[in-house]
Amino acid sequence: MGMTVVEKILARASGRGAVKAGDVVEPAVDLAMSHENAALVINQFLEIYSGTGREPAIWDPSKVAIIFDHRVPAESAKTAGNQKKIREFVSRYAISKFHDIRGDTGGICHQILPESGYVRPGAVVVGTDSHTTSHGALGAFAFGIGATEMASVWALGTALNVEVPGTILVEVEGEFGSYVGPKDLILHLIGLISAQGANFKVIEFHGRTIRAMSTSGRLVLCNMSVEAGATAGIVPADEETDRYLRDEAGVESVQEHVTADPGASYSRVISIDVSSLVPQVACPHAVDNVRSVREVAGTSVQQIVIGSCTNGRLDDLEVAAGILRGKKVARGTRMLVFPASGRIYAEALRKGFIADFMNSGAVVMNPGCGPCLGVHEGALGDNETALSTTNRNFKGRMGNPSASVYLCSPAVAAASALEGVITDPTEGRN
Amino acid sequence: MGNVVLKLADDVSTDVIYPGRYMATVLPTETPQFAFADNAALNAALRGGQVPPGSVIVAGKNFGCGSSREQAVSALKGYDLTIVAESFARIFLQNAINLGLHIVTAPGVRASVGDDLTVSGENVLNGTTGLSYAVERLPQARQAIIDAGGLIAYTRKRLLDTAAGVTHT
Repeated sequence: MGMTVVEKILARASGRGAVKAGDVVEPAVDLAMSHENAALVINQFLEIYSGTGREPAIWDPSKVAIIFDHRVPAESAKTAGNQKKIREFVSRYAISKFHDIRGDTGGICHQILPESGYVRPGAVVVGTDSHTTSHGALGAFAFGIGATEMASVWALGTALNVEVPGTILVEVEGEFGSYVGPKDLILHLIGLISAQGANFKVIEFHGRTIRAMSTSGRLVLCNMSVEAGATAGIVPADEETDRYLRDEAGVESVQEHVTADPGASYSRVISIDVSSLVPQVACPHAVDNVRSVREVAGTSVQQIVIGSCTNGRLDDLEVAAGILRGKKVARGTRMLVFPASGRIYAEALRKGFIADFMNSGAVVMNPGCGPCLGVHEGALGDNETALSTTNRNFKGRMGNPSASVYLCSPAVAAASALEGVITDPTEGRN
Repeated sequence: MGNVVLKLADDVSTDVIYPGRYMATVLPTETPQFAFADNAALNAALRGGQVPPGSVIVAGKNFGCGSSREQAVSALKGYDLTIVAESFARIFLQNAINLGLHIVTAPGVRASVGDDLTVSGENVLNGTTGLSYAVERLPQARQAIIDAGGLIAYTRKRLLDTAAGVTHT
């Protein structure tokens, strides 16, 4: 019986010859990531050792990554206190993969991990963040866990009682039209299979469109796989993965690629041709409430957000800056731009995108999660509507339960910023 | 056993259970005050002790989807509640098992606010409608964590067993 990519990764990480969906395994963890919720992980980690007479010990501090991104710079004394506590712990336990609030090496965890070369094909990556699925873009098995589970990983170095997930195969063919891309594809897929359509499953992406897609685009697909309930999304590693690791992440050594066996068993196969795909939007208040932009065009928006672990990368900023260049954000609409990392910010500055944003009236913010989770930097007023390149539009998500959030690509966000209403970027721009 | 205090639809996210703006509060002793914070009436009833112990929340499919925030579980754990859902999202389910929140998966379950539910390991009986729903058992590997008293106790035992030379397969 052939194995899927994730079955192969889990077999290797668990020291078994073969595993199949439904088996329970205990894989060794290659990378364990947390952000500010490390404050809770630390609490639970110390609790494990309480009363044992043993000194708390992290199994391998070089495999632990902690990145500040959710509330940077701190929005409150409480957050600042959590961050201070984490810094002290990082120093005491010699955690080297620590990214503090800095303009050079800081940023959103799901950008910092790949761009720093921390994620390798075939690796088992766990993170106390549901969008840890992002790292499947590099051919790793990456999934979100809770803080107490992370405390257990810190102590043992393994993920306990992992059920090998079944796999949904998504075959993507065709060439994207202009101003249509990975975000439209993943929104379309989530609308197709629903917010529960991939629950407890892995989505394995294949097809010529995926092979031709940059790692940046693959990160979008894997990032939002969790919005269909998936345990993980994964793109099997290939030449593009090697290029990204070498040229953008500074990884010199050639990485082994884990590929699916010809006879691998899939629970479902979905084929998508993107050549006829039009810009998509997820409407309030569910990520699977997906329609074409044309169906909701004209909807008035007060806030536009470009950024997040989904769409704050250089190619995202490039397409948005190209649409905004020499034009103005509509009056009555405010636009916030969050580059995903300090490195991306610096590159966008060098290429002139930051100037394009500022000249158009957009506000360029520091790298971080920004208003995506409704903590600070861009909360919505009562009954306001936002159009955002982020990944969730649940009620209350952007800090106000009476507000509405639509999710879209950077091209749709930028075109809509100019009009102050939801606008299809493919109309009048081809 | 308990009355239904809240009936929810499918796909209730952890943003609804525990809004993101309270995420700087992390300790299980402090999170319960923000349970369903955007539902002012329910939040006030919980904090004011007006929800009787043993009360039940009944949800549809995919309860606890979205963010992995463990506060969504520890906040509910602060009250003596049982969560019955048609299904749970993966990370929420695992967090609930790890922290010992009483959750029950009962596909097809139907109930309204005020209904009297009796929950056992086998089924959920709606005493008001007279209908009974089979409970989906947890895989054995997950049950082991509950039996150990939660993941902290389970991991602690693993550490001590390893030190004593006991192997786990």
